[in-house]
Amino acid sequence: MSTRDTILGRARAALGDVPPAERPEEAPIPRGYRRSHADVPLVELFAERVADYRATVTVAPEHQAARTVGRLLADRGLTRAVVPDGFPDAWLPGGTFTRLGDAPPRTPAELDGIGAVLSTCAVAIAVTGTIVLDAGPGQGRRALTLLPDYHLCVVRAEQIAGDVPEAIALLDPTRPLTFVSGPSATSDIELDRVEGVHGPRTLDVIILTSTEEA
Amino acid sequence: MTGAMGARGVVFLGSPAFPDAARTALADDRLRANLRRATTTIRDKRLAATGELDDWEELRAAGEAIKRHTLRHLPYYLERLEESVTAAGGTVHWAADAAEANRIVTELIRATGATEILKIKSMATQEIGLNEALADAGVTACETDLAELIVQLGEDRPSHILVPAIHRNRGEIRDLFAAEMGHWGRPAPEGLTDEPAALAEAARLHLREKFLRAEVAVSGANFACADTGTVAVVESEGNGRMCLTLPETLITVMGIEKVLPAFTDLEVFLQLLPRSSTGERMNPYTSLWTGTTPGDGPSAFHLVLLDNGRTDTLADEVGRQALHCIRCSACLNVCPVYERTGGHAYGSVYPGPIGAVLTPQLVGVEHASSLPFASTLCGACYDACPVRINIPEVLTHLRAKAVEAKAGHRRLPTLEALAMKGATAVLVSPARLGLAQRAASLGGRLLSRRGRIGRLPGPFRGWSDTRDTPAPPAESFRAWWRANRAGGQR
Amino acid sequence: MRIALFITCFNDTLFPDTGRAVVTVLERLGHQVEFPEAQTCCGQMQFNTGYRPDAVPLVSGFARTFGGYDAVVTPSASCAGMVRDNHPVLAEQYGRRQLQQDVAELVPRVYEFTEFLTEVLKVEEVGAAFPRRVAYHPTCHSLRGLRLGDRPERLLRAVRGLELVELPRADSCCGFGGTFALKNADTSAAMLADKTAAITAVGAEVLCAADNSCLIHIGGGLSRQGSPVRTMHLAEILAATEGDRG
Ligand code: SF4
Repeated sequence: MSTRDTILGRARAALGDVPPAERPEEAPIPRGYRRSHADVPLVELFAERVADYRATVTVAPEHQAARTVGRLLADRGLTRAVVPDGFPDAWLPGGTFTRLGDAPPRTPAELDGIGAVLSTCAVAIAVTGTIVLDAGPGQGRRALTLLPDYHLCVVRAEQIAGDVPEAIALLDPTRPLTFVSGPSATSDIELDRVEGVHGPRTLDVIILTSTEEA
Repeated sequence: MTGAMGARGVVFLGSPAFPDAARTALADDRLRANLRRATTTIRDKRLAATGELDDWEELRAAGEAIKRHTLRHLPYYLERLEESVTAAGGTVHWAADAAEANRIVTELIRATGATEILKIKSMATQEIGLNEALADAGVTACETDLAELIVQLGEDRPSHILVPAIHRNRGEIRDLFAAEMGHWGRPAPEGLTDEPAALAEAARLHLREKFLRAEVAVSGANFACADTGTVAVVESEGNGRMCLTLPETLITVMGIEKVLPAFTDLEVFLQLLPRSSTGERMNPYTSLWTGTTPGDGPSAFHLVLLDNGRTDTLADEVGRQALHCIRCSACLNVCPVYERTGGHAYGSVYPGPIGAVLTPQLVGVEHASSLPFASTLCGACYDACPVRINIPEVLTHLRAKAVEAKAGHRRLPTLEALAMKGATAVLVSPARLGLAQRAASLGGRLLSRRGRIGRLPGPFRGWSDTRDTPAPPAESFRAWWRANRAGGQR
Repeated sequence: MRIALFITCFNDTLFPDTGRAVVTVLERLGHQVEFPEAQTCCGQMQFNTGYRPDAVPLVSGFARTFGGYDAVVTPSASCAGMVRDNHPVLAEQYGRRQLQQDVAELVPRVYEFTEFLTEVLKVEEVGAAFPRRVAYHPTCHSLRGLRLGDRPERLLRAVRGLELVELPRADSCCGFGGTFALKNADTSAAMLADKTAAITAVGAEVLCAADNSCLIHIGGGLSRQGSPVRTMHLAEILAATEGDRG
């Protein structure tokens, strides 16, 4: 008998108390919890919650995207960054900025050396201050948003979901997904949070509002 | 070296029984100060993070119900998980015990030719003693989680399921990094201070070159969704993302109880876990992947499904709930016993309240018989547990099993068993109780001075070392009642 | 309403004053209390130490003794919890149908003393006076077992002259845990040391609780340290009046 069958057999034998009429398809799960805990406008809440993780948040109207990106990069003294395919050209600053692509795919060491990446996101979560990357357009493969020490993520206001359940419903599980809540951190020293370990140590987030609202 | 592993890998061989191990730990003032500081910090943070959600109890109820339901149909969900992972380009392996799991992982690594692999912190690989098995096969396993790195560099044992180096303070960590990092790779920077940020930076530099050249990584899993085959790793530092993304081969070892019915069930657990565990609204990074993705991340993904005592645990209708555990560590952080003794006293990779109920079930209660008694049954763990594991209920259940197991092994009853029988024999009869009370009153007054009994011998020595006992009064309540009230009774 | 006092074997033997206090308070409130003399013990020690079969005769004895009463009142949160949570378990595991039924019917009528006062009699002011600085230790069984919440504090606040001081980390276990204090004496003592330090720090004259079992442990520690702080069951404070010498 294969190990697979042994384990499944043991599990079946262990569950003799479960009546055969109880079907897995009819899961009796009480789902009385909220779909969202967001109680203020999502842009405001998301901005506040991201900032709680010591990431910087800038809210800007969409037509000022390029200028805002340029200013944030300049503040950090950055003149070049990896820009994944599908990142809107209209959001890129002009001037001395150098856009670095990923074709052919760069080695990890190259990405490590570049030091900065711009990306969009798939979904954002207001209550938890989370951005979710799904390797879609403007985000690229996962290594691109991981190895550079600086990550600038541009979120459109309409991408912000209220809370975790609403966000999960919007995601495609077949894509590789990364939930990012602030810069990398650790609680391993005396159970207190310190920012900055292996992932990007600086996270800047821009929330783009549609031009009229701003 | 993380210490030799005993039965099924879960317990450390040669570990003394809990009371003796606890005595050693209690004598270590620095350890107690470290634990007290860390558990106090995290308790407040957890209360703030969970108190923020007015439907926290509904979330716990949903988490518990999903786990209970999944376990009751575990074979069904495991088969579905296998199908979906396979369909998404992964390979599923089944391991009945630690030895089989280690063999599978070792062979998978050998096939790649790698001699150094990276690891993400994982309780399952800790439990099976994977690092030691790999070392025997000539493969070096580098821990990449900061706390695991601290444990590995210090040739220490983990003492907490989330923060294995919780027993170390910043000064100790600094000294360890300065002394040991050089033996494993890039040494710690000159003049390293004990600032947590500086220590994190040292770990970043030390591990970066390893990440960049990694070929194989081994991880655990927090969740795996049966419907989609999606596997989740919840982390903070980004070492997990590095390991899940950069190597060509990813091997994930996962206890069979970690399966969830559906991807959408993550909406419950991604709220419960971070708030219970580090007291954050969300942990910095959660990675979800489904099989392999061409051009993004590992080209080979292996999922090893581990039993190692879990189906035995499943067979116990009361004890089964210990398999709900999502390893958040809230029960450890609120436990008044853990706060004093730390994790090493439990002699198992699973310390604290969850360890006290899981370890005896995974290895057999006779191999960890002091653990179910390592609790005052204060109930703080049950209140904190995000999946509502009634740990005190399981503890008393396992105590009964431990007593039975002990009785089964001996021809004569233990002194304790005789005492219990004796107590019951007295207590079933009010008349006998009355006699016993008079004897106790007399005896107590003989032993006492000014109404107090001081030090006592035998099983009461430990008690009377730090406590006086009041002498029993001359008149019991029932005697008083008879003299003063009974007449008025019908 | 026929009210029975379940004194518990522990209080019966060691703390008769607590039983007298319960009787005093209930009589003062105009109720008659009965003490069924067939009562002994709830079996908590046997159950919690792993000797379940030894607890079963005590479960049936309890059901037999108290079956006929409208309310069973006990000045012990841990014994009330034992009856409520574990008598059904034992009846289910070892008992006959009849016992299971008897236990199921009886359990909802078993009350811890402060619970009985506030929930059944719906009183908070019981006519007590106690001019002392008092700290209340919520025992684990009152706090997390029975979920008494702030009921004991509400009763204490209504006592004339009493100054209630808040204990730091009050919800933390004192380290008693029944046979835990014997089997894990060192850990228990470490927990106790933190509890007595907290009590000393708030400058309480009296420490009270709804369980004499925890109090014998805490009081034993205080006494060994030579502390002037007295331990008293909450019922004894509620029984005290102006005429008493507290
Ligand atoms: S038992 Fe509950 S509280 Fe303890 S680690 Fe597991 S999930 Fe967390």
